[in-house]
Amino acid sequence: MGKIVAATGNEAVAEALRQINPDVCAAYPITPQTDMMQRFASFVSDGKVDTEIMLVESEHSAMSACIGASAGGGRVATATSGPGLALMWEMLYVASGMRLPIVMPVVNRSLSAPLNIHGDHSDAMGARDSGWIQLWSENAQEAYDNTIQAFRIGEHMDIRLPVMVCLDGFIISHSIERMEYLDDNVVKAFVREYKSLNPLLDVENPKSIGPLILPDLYHEYKRAQHEVMTKVKDVVLDVAEDFKKISGRSYGLFETYRLDDAEIAVVILNSAAGTAKDIVDEFREKGIKAGLLKPRLFRPFPYEEVAHALKNLKAVCIMDRADSFGGYGPLFMEVSSALYPLNDRPIMINKIYGLGGRDFMPQHAEIVLDELVEIVKTGKFKTIKEYIGVRE
Amino acid sequence: METTPLRLKELSKKEVLLTAGHRMCSGCGAPIIVKMVLLASEYPVVACSSTGCLEVSSCISLLTAWKIPWIHSAFENAAATIAGTETMYRALKKQGRIDKEIKFITFCGDGGTYDIGFQSLSGAMERGHDMLYICYDNGAYMNTGIQRSSATPYGADTTTCPAGSVVPGKLQKRKDLTKIMAAHNIPYVAQASPSHWLDLMKKVRKAIEIKGPKFMNIIAPCNRGWRSMTNDAILLSRLAVETCYWPLYEVEHGITKITVTPKEKKPVIDFLKLQGRFKHLFAPENEWMLKKIQEDIDKDWELLLKAAVTEKEEEK
Ligand SMILES: Cc1ncc(C[n+]2csc(CCOP(=O)(O)OP(=O)(O)O)c2C)c(N)n1
Ligand code: SF4
Ligand SMILES: [Mg+2]
Repeated sequence: MGKIVAATGNEAVAEALRQINPDVCAAYPITPQTDMMQRFASFVSDGKVDTEIMLVESEHSAMSACIGASAGGGRVATATSGPGLALMWEMLYVASGMRLPIVMPVVNRSLSAPLNIHGDHSDAMGARDSGWIQLWSENAQEAYDNTIQAFRIGEHMDIRLPVMVCLDGFIISHSIERMEYLDDNVVKAFVREYKSLNPLLDVENPKSIGPLILPDLYHEYKRAQHEVMTKVKDVVLDVAEDFKKISGRSYGLFETYRLDDAEIAVVILNSAAGTAKDIVDEFREKGIKAGLLKPRLFRPFPYEEVAHALKNLKAVCIMDRADSFGGYGPLFMEVSSALYPLNDRPIMINKIYGLGGRDFMPQHAEIVLDELVEIVKTGKFKTIKEYIGVRE
Repeated sequence: METTPLRLKELSKKEVLLTAGHRMCSGCGAPIIVKMVLLASEYPVVACSSTGCLEVSSCISLLTAWKIPWIHSAFENAAATIAGTETMYRALKKQGRIDKEIKFITFCGDGGTYDIGFQSLSGAMERGHDMLYICYDNGAYMNTGIQRSSATPYGADTTTCPAGSVVPGKLQKRKDLTKIMAAHNIPYVAQASPSHWLDLMKKVRKAIEIKGPKFMNIIAPCNRGWRSMTNDAILLSRLAVETCYWPLYEVEHGITKITVTPKEKKPVIDFLKLQGRFKHLFAPENEWMLKKIQEDIDKDWELLLKAAVTEKEEEK
């Protein structure tokens, strides 16, 4: 059986990577990810993994090296945060365009300027169109579990796509939580042997990877990427079912919390969902039918399923820890797109919270739920998009 | 292992690993270099190219000219990309999942090497990957229409440093990348030219046998960008060597050796005058630039002679 431990998010993900034992891992330090790869590097130094670690000179080279390594024909991982992910931007599209199942924990961090090392979701949200699968994690346990499942999802022969596993910088990466590690052999059996597809290192069957594709074919390549994304949901659910068998923990495309009969709800990603759930409970105690939806699979986005889960609400607040300046928050854009096709849909508002590590406090969730109560009462809302927790 | 002697008769029996029918301009230096390098190798090779003329013209749509495994991922990262593949190779070999002896070679333009890919190159060399980085140096960003790079020679006319009535072409001297790579203290660095094919192939053979990071800079005439005759690639690369514009030397474990010393050092104008990109330098008001080019070459050649061991010294 597994082992109950007290671990930080970074420690837990490093442990998952140790158990998975990738063939190649590229690393470059960036707060708050750094200590994850430091831990992994000591596994390498102490002979606890077979992995060849590449301590590259930038995140751009980390992703480039992962591309070369994965194309070579083996299992590959890296990890990053904020500006590191931003520096990889061009290569993220190359990794997905080449259909390379690289797994990358992203310890979410804000982007400059001004420089800020703390957590928000600007980094991963900026990469949401890059063709990577994105799994989001509320706590260290989910980050650990998602990392293990990510390899199975990305490496699935019908999928072959890179996967980001998102966890909140500092709040999760550096906080110690009680959680469970699975046994090494259980993880090993779960992730299975790596199967390569058209490996570059097969010198007997030479392949050219990364051609120039002109307008006569490029469009079809991109549609193929779209089409493979439509298969991801089923694979995520299948893998989750297998994972439940080894862990007893259930995963879906998203988590719903007291949502079945709810009239108002918040939609919120990652660690802040934990805080918000407490306040949902408080409102329930007051007799208010509050609920919560926490997306797990953000790319591909499960539009129909989210719409189905939220359709009976009267009002919903979609909370973003990232902004698309001049637009609505990225999560709001997805959820409102999901709900738009319904004839009857809840009133939707968008709150931007917690940028650059600004704490998301219980009272913030309270204010939001109070506002939703008011919206339901009056049938009116004051504004769609608003910052909360701002010092005026 | 039985090695093919570096003689034309024997080499002509070997399979050419970059097919005809690629879409480089006729008379382009780059594919000549690729063919020579691959002919010299007696091992299976996995190759990588940065975005540029060679890359866009050798693998388009469903067609490829490469008969060996080849990857292109972007413009600025060929060294990191192939370093990743080489690392995967070591990982799989260590685990017994691969047993072949494979060599890793990049073929990258000067833009992808001297400029945007410089950090990635420097990093890969420092980390000690077992790879041979080959730069085919045609002295500009040719693929995008002949823009200046830091490899563009002083005085050259390019589309971003055009020779105009006030600015007479490129005003900066080229970056001496070969020296910079030698300063990385890697086991092998060399400069080569397709005109001296035997010297080039010997260097490739030597480089391939040495474990660790190797760098070769090979001059690659580009008739479009140099505005020269399509049948002058070999002539021009020979003149580059004979004028000491492009000295042939190697730095093996820190020891510099000139591998071909021109019998008679020709004036640099012999090299310049056949190229339209230097035409404006022959106008009377730009004579000072021609003078400066010659002086710089003379100075650099003297320095190289001083740095290099002579054969006598070597015998000791
Ligand atoms: C990040 C990025 N910036 C710019 C370009 C545009 N670009 C493509 S090839 C090229 C020039 C290539 O020059 P070089 O490496 O010297 O190779 P050549 O074409 O001369 O053989 C440029 C500027 C690009 N593809 N990617
Ligand atoms: S433009 Fe120059 S480098 Fe490019 S293919 Fe033509 S001759 Fe070769
Ligand atoms: Mg060039």
